[in-house]
Amino acid sequence: MTNHWRDIKNADVIMINGANPAEAHPVGFQWFMKAKLDPTKGPGSGGGAKLIHADPRFSRTSAVSDMYLRIRTGTDVAYFGGLINYVIQNNKYHDEYVKNYTNASFIINKDYKFKDGLFSGYDAKKRTYAVETWAYDNEPGPDKYAKRDESLKDPHCVFQLIKNHYSRYTPEMVQTITGIPKEDFLKVAQIVGEMGRPDKVMTIVYAVGLTHHTTGSQLIRSAAVLQLLLGNIGRPGGGMNAERGHANIQGNTDNAISWEILPGYLKVPLPGQKTIEDYVKVSASKRLLGISWNFFGTNYKKFIVSLLKTWYGDSANKSNDFAFSYLPKPAGNSSWMTIYDQALQGKMEGVMLSGMTAASIGPDSNQVLTALSKLKWLAVMDPFPTTSSEFWHASGLNPADVQTEVFMLPTTHWIEKDGSFVNSGRWMQWKDQVIPPVGDSRHDHWIVAELFHRVKALYQKDGGKFPDPIVHLTMDYKDPLKPSLDEIAREVNGKDLKTGKRLATFAKLMDDGTTTSGNWIYVGSYPEKGNMAKRRKGVQDPAKNDPTGMGFYPEWAWTWPLNRRILYNRASADMSGKPWDPKRAGIAWNGSKWVGDVPDYPPKMNPKDPKAWLPFTMNGEGVARLFASSMLDGPIPEHYEPVESPVKNALHPDMSASPTAFLYDKAAKRENRFGTPDEYPIIATTYRLTEHEHYVTQQVPHLVQLQPEPFVEIPTALANERGVKTGDMVRVRSKRGKIEVRAVVTNRVGQLDLGGKKVYQVGIPIHWGYVGIAAEMHPEKSKFWMANNLTPFVGDANSRTPEFKAFLVQIEKLA
Amino acid sequence: MPEPVGFFTDTSICIGCKACEVACKEWNQLPGNTPKFGDGFDNTGQLDAENYRHVKFVDLVGDTPIVTGNGNAWLMMSDICKHCTNASCLEVCPTNAIVRTEYNTVLIQQDACNGCRDCISACPFGAIGFSESSGTARKCTMCYDRLQANMQPACAKACPTQSIQYGTLSQLHQKADARLAALKKQGYDNAQLYGRDDSIYGGLGAFFLLMNKPEVYGLPNKDNAVLPRRNNRMGYFGGFVTAAIGIVAGLVAFRSRADAPPAKGAEPPASAP
Repeated sequence: MTNHWRDIKNADVIMINGANPAEAHPVGFQWFMKAKLDPTKGPGSGGGAKLIHADPRFSRTSAVSDMYLRIRTGTDVAYFGGLINYVIQNNKYHDEYVKNYTNASFIINKDYKFKDGLFSGYDAKKRTYAVETWAYDNEPGPDKYAKRDESLKDPHCVFQLIKNHYSRYTPEMVQTITGIPKEDFLKVAQIVGEMGRPDKVMTIVYAVGLTHHTTGSQLIRSAAVLQLLLGNIGRPGGGMNAERGHANIQGNTDNAISWEILPGYLKVPLPGQKTIEDYVKVSASKRLLGISWNFFGTNYKKFIVSLLKTWYGDSANKSNDFAFSYLPKPAGNSSWMTIYDQALQGKMEGVMLSGMTAASIGPDSNQVLTALSKLKWLAVMDPFPTTSSEFWHASGLNPADVQTEVFMLPTTHWIEKDGSFVNSGRWMQWKDQVIPPVGDSRHDHWIVAELFHRVKALYQKDGGKFPDPIVHLTMDYKDPLKPSLDEIAREVNGKDLKTGKRLATFAKLMDDGTTTSGNWIYVGSYPEKGNMAKRRKGVQDPAKNDPTGMGFYPEWAWTWPLNRRILYNRASADMSGKPWDPKRAGIAWNGSKWVGDVPDYPPKMNPKDPKAWLPFTMNGEGVARLFASSMLDGPIPEHYEPVESPVKNALHPDMSASPTAFLYDKAAKRENRFGTPDEYPIIATTYRLTEHEHYVTQQVPHLVQLQPEPFVEIPTALANERGVKTGDMVRVRSKRGKIEVRAVVTNRVGQLDLGGKKVYQVGIPIHWGYVGIAAEMHPEKSKFWMANNLTPFVGDANSRTPEFKAFLVQIEKLA
Repeated sequence: MPEPVGFFTDTSICIGCKACEVACKEWNQLPGNTPKFGDGFDNTGQLDAENYRHVKFVDLVGDTPIVTGNGNAWLMMSDICKHCTNASCLEVCPTNAIVRTEYNTVLIQQDACNGCRDCISACPFGAIGFSESSGTARKCTMCYDRLQANMQPACAKACPTQSIQYGTLSQLHQKADARLAALKKQGYDNAQLYGRDDSIYGGLGAFFLLMNKPEVYGLPNKDNAVLPRRNNRMGYFGGFVTAAIGIVAGLVAFRSRADAPPAKGAEPPASAP
């Protein structure tokens, strides 16, 4: 989230796309309801914030929303694109913000083109883009600053390119693609259009309903472009707010659970980068304007050197370029699907799973199960048996044929250990151990620590090709086999090696090897004065603990970076430092310093100084990007169909699906596993229910009682065609597999009219498999309970996220 | 004596998360029911000795591409013992196990209950169940043990949207009146308070803001909320019939709501105000 949960109470309009906060985040949802019940909020003259929910299913979020719009899954770029078009055509955008705080005025290379669904630079063979033509035009001179046209009239300026690009997204086109009738779409557009006023503000809340598509990154960017045009980024009550998974997905991502990043969103080095200099040159952003601070790019080296000092201690020094050679420079990626793709190709010997079950989380579980059966060994670290630790029981596998040796390492549950959770709003909150571990279970980090020491001992004894990265790794804990999470939190914060004192801000990090930090964005979370994540000054005394009244509660826990509650908050005030809406101030210039939230800006930089930095201090541009050349699948979000779709792309039928989606099976020369609309005419999407958390709650009796059996939500009209009633057993099958579950017949899912073509959508919750309390009650039935048996093995070009949320199926009633 | 307390359950902001159900079972150490598929969202089915809270779902969503939610299309209501002012269970209990507490709540004293089940048939809301394990009748206690420790009941504590509010009845009545006025102003003509005044069994300690007629939720309306008493055999009979009708109507509403037309007597959701 650019903002945070509590901040949603400050919004006038809450747009919810690809998300179901009432069910997935019911506790966070209280802030949506606070906004809704607050008569001072809302469009027009108030009357409470309006919730607008566009979703394939009418969910428990829709049940309390002011407007629910039935949208075809995966078409949100068309929805947001239509809103962008409306806002531009009707001059509803926030002019001053767009001119000064976005790259609207930047001139793009004259060879940039978009034609017939393709951006310039496409290589059809590799299915990738060369991005040279997407670059900014430079001013002459040694600094190569970007050329701008502040009148926004140059045909090659970003504003004109965006305006032209989205002129195709008319209300009629929105209707044809999304299935939302034109007149309903215009009702939304009218409300959204008002949110470009400085005294109004809208938030957009999204979740994996936007990310789980081959166009996932662009779905999110299309919403962000709308928010920038409305001037809503950086403001309380605004922002782009991703609901992250429970309870620590945000913390995982910050600390490099993802394949393409090191801690603190530093890039993973590439092959050929021999020195830190090579690495920083490619990875760090360049200053593109004289008044752009380019904070991240400027300090990149400090962050990577401090990270290497943390990991390699005295073995990282100037003479060996701070052990940069120890870091892997992988040629390929190691995203989730790639791991199982490699296993399918027989290139993986073993896999260790921690905190998730590969067999269930898919996509294409049958293919993943085949991959697991090709491993020599599989180690599962989990408090409970999982569909992976028991994977040979899955349908389609003959246990006698599975040669994989499976190890179950019982771990502690989070309730059995202390440590921190980082919530969607980037709040790092410390928790205590509630109960002691059961039996012989151990903490995951203790298992990894011991494993590491055994591997290290082997390297020390036997040598090896390159033992240095292993034998020189620091493990400066009281008991290196059992590091405490408190010690690790202090290590992540980092310290000044000259004084031995922990640092309070990343501004003190150095690139000469005199500082450490395991993650630069967490510097200040555990300074000398203590663990900030333990702070609890909350609603006991709102007047004292929330002095601005905006819900920042600065002494409750700690937020990265630097306890800043709202990212980019310099953009909450105008050029002179006056808040766009004085009633909802993020930060304000009081004549000598910035007050309010922790400023995303030098605390004493006078905004009236002609040399004052631009507001988006992290970017090389100093402003936010409406046009982003860093995306692999295009600088402006464009609607592409899901890889499996019942219709051709109405904008460019010959370039229907994303031309850059990563087709794993095709790349590995495996048989085609995509279905056609003739065989599989129904659109399906998967989702989660409030009663379960992924798969682990299949072990919790009270929750199994609330949701005992899997089902598929089927539109009433479709059910009538097939003679299906609620409670009947039905088979849902895709090109890749099948499930056999109960039917829930309802108008909450329904038919879409896509320019004359009628299609049905169905919804399938994901939480079941062949392991757990319910599965034990129904051992035969539960063989066909895994929703991801149906989903396609294909990924977004940028993130390689699978398309869990849009695919094709057929449905039959079972006798 | 403390001031009378109770619950105000505002169905217009209920998100059907069932945190109330789980919190209740955890606090009261109820094992819960055997897992059984109901209709996808309501798999608890009823109030009974293992479920003192039960979130009802009534699906009135029409097959249209745009719908106004606002608690008016897919109705959700966290049901519970109503702690009636004129509590028929209390009246019919032969052992005086059922008492009115110092908080003005209705409590079944487990050590005095002989398991005769009279109260079960007397209750017009089907809020009481018979526990095979204890051999007694059981229902919501309004967390009597928590009240004694100055804590609010577990369900209200757990409710994330404050759909369930606990407090003194006089305060809750004020809040409910204000909320109803706001909804009326927004054009929700069917919105109404249920059990706020004495028309339903003399007034309810657990009263509701409903977004549709009581019978749509399977609740007896003003006309058939007749008080049964031990000496009023007709009333007793009437209560029994009401209960039976309530249960049957509930079942019909639940079974048939999967099919398109709304349950009988249901008003279609108001168009977007």
